[in-house]
Amino acid sequence: MTVTLLDPTAERGSVERPQAPRPASIDGQVVALLNISKPRGEVFLGQLAAGLAARGATVRHYAKPTFTKPAPPDLRRRIAEECDAVIEALAD
Amino acid sequence: MVEPPRLPEGLVAVVKRDCPTCGLVAPVLGELAARGRSVAVYTQDDPEFPPTVAPRFDDRELTVSWHHRIETVPTLLRIENGIEVARTEGWSRSAWEALAGISPLGADLPAHRPGCGSLSVDPVRADQLRVRFEGDRLAARRIDLGEIEDELEAAYDRGWTDGLPVVPPTPARVLRMLDGTRRAPDEVVAVVPPDLVPVTVEKVAINAVMAGCKPDYLPVVLAAVQAACTDRFNMHGLLCTTYFSGPVIVVNGPIAAQLGMNSGVNCLGQGNRANATIGRALQLVIRNVGGGRPGGIDRATFGGPGKYTFCFAEDEAGSPWEPLSVEQGFARGTSTVSLFPGHGPSAIVDQISRTPGSLARSLAAKLRATAHPKLVMGMGAMLIVSPEHARVFAAAGWTKARLRAALDELLLIPGEELVRGAGEIEEGMPAALAAGRRLPKFLPGDFSIVHAGGSAGMFSAIIEGWVSGERGSQLTTQEVIP
Repeated sequence: MTVTLLDPTAERGSVERPQAPRPASIDGQVVALLNISKPRGEVFLGQLAAGLAARGATVRHYAKPTFTKPAPPDLRRRIAEECDAVIEALAD
Repeated sequence: MVEPPRLPEGLVAVVKRDCPTCGLVAPVLGELAARGRSVAVYTQDDPEFPPTVAPRFDDRELTVSWHHRIETVPTLLRIENGIEVARTEGWSRSAWEALAGISPLGADLPAHRPGCGSLSVDPVRADQLRVRFEGDRLAARRIDLGEIEDELEAAYDRGWTDGLPVVPPTPARVLRMLDGTRRAPDEVVAVVPPDLVPVTVEKVAINAVMAGCKPDYLPVVLAAVQAACTDRFNMHGLLCTTYFSGPVIVVNGPIAAQLGMNSGVNCLGQGNRANATIGRALQLVIRNVGGGRPGGIDRATFGGPGKYTFCFAEDEAGSPWEPLSVEQGFARGTSTVSLFPGHGPSAIVDQISRTPGSLARSLAAKLRATAHPKLVMGMGAMLIVSPEHARVFAAAGWTKARLRAALDELLLIPGEELVRGAGEIEEGMPAALAAGRRLPKFLPGDFSIVHAGGSAGMFSAIIEGWVSGERGSQLTTQEVIP
């Protein structure tokens, strides 16, 4: 006799989203640096900021209130409105 | 749920040939018909039985018996306007006479004779019948395994387990699990991270079956899922962290004893079904419904064995102090779960101290070392005081508040010991915070005390915490709703 089981999962297929178009050059672009508020993140992001500025990008700095929670929707929206690209450091 | 089949007006009897009492009353059913009563007989095993009366209805599918909750055969019902107004089970002359409005009845029969069990409550059939008639309460996708597929291996193959075998979540087991709560199967309990999926009572029940829970445990599991999936507890961050911690469940109130939970000998260890499976069920919900899996979004450096399950009850009866739930604002006698983001335990040994001041210093010395002896105000801790240590405080009249105040004072640490570089250790607190002041190891609300453990052993236990306060995760208490 066949056994029937009930699916314990969310019964969702994984959604594949296309990558956002990559900018051809960063010269003249506004680039967001999202600090996730981990120790020494500012050191890493500072180096990135200097390198991006030398290549003609305008750098804007943002920070998550805490690294333990996802970035609040308002912050994500602001970055999308104000910038052409974003670099987020995911962990320490 | 399928509508119960409507019964004909008048008298309705449910019988089976395999029951001697049914054979005994067969002539009485004929007598009722002969004396002008409208009688319909439903037969569970042989549509030719009893030969003494017509019309007979074939109930070998047990549809009528199941829906009308027949527990004994013979059962005699009186139906008026489609509604059952009277019922008697087995044979009792006086009860049958009263129900049929005919006297005397079955004059040749003994006055009483007990009936037999209805096939609709036969343990061999009951689960199958329930799935057939109540299965539409279940909304989850059904997965039919192949003939030669092993059901335990099937769960592994589909990624449903935490590494240990799970109980196969068949519809019958899930229906039984749902008996443990009054909440509707389709009620949404919480939104589970990291995939932010609304989880229903039914999905929690499926995972509780897999974890090995009894139906009685389900309300505690539901409360734990609710508490975990709050912004305050922040299960998302706790799952994603590289740190050791996971949800630790402390159960308070009468439900702990009702479920036979362990608050005593080996309460943080193996061997108690409720402790083991309630904590595991929460983790399986996060894994299977929320999508939080090791190697996926859970990339803990080490993790810890508590991430299989970490659940115990506070020993309230033996405690000199108010329980955790009362400190959290719930009335004594309310059943609650409290979730703490933690790992461990780590041991505090003090077999010598017989004065509360000395013992408090021992506890503080080890508490200071949680996470790192030079890091403060960032992570919490839960102190589990054993009966033998609690006795030292109780004998000296120390309340929990007194112990807490003493520990707070002992855990105010001079900044010069904590500052980065002090003790030739680069790790530590930034000078801007530490210079020239004393800093508390724990911020208010980040440190809790409970009472549990076996009656022998002058040890206490620390469950070390994770990032505390609004930045991370806070102790979260939820009432257990039946």
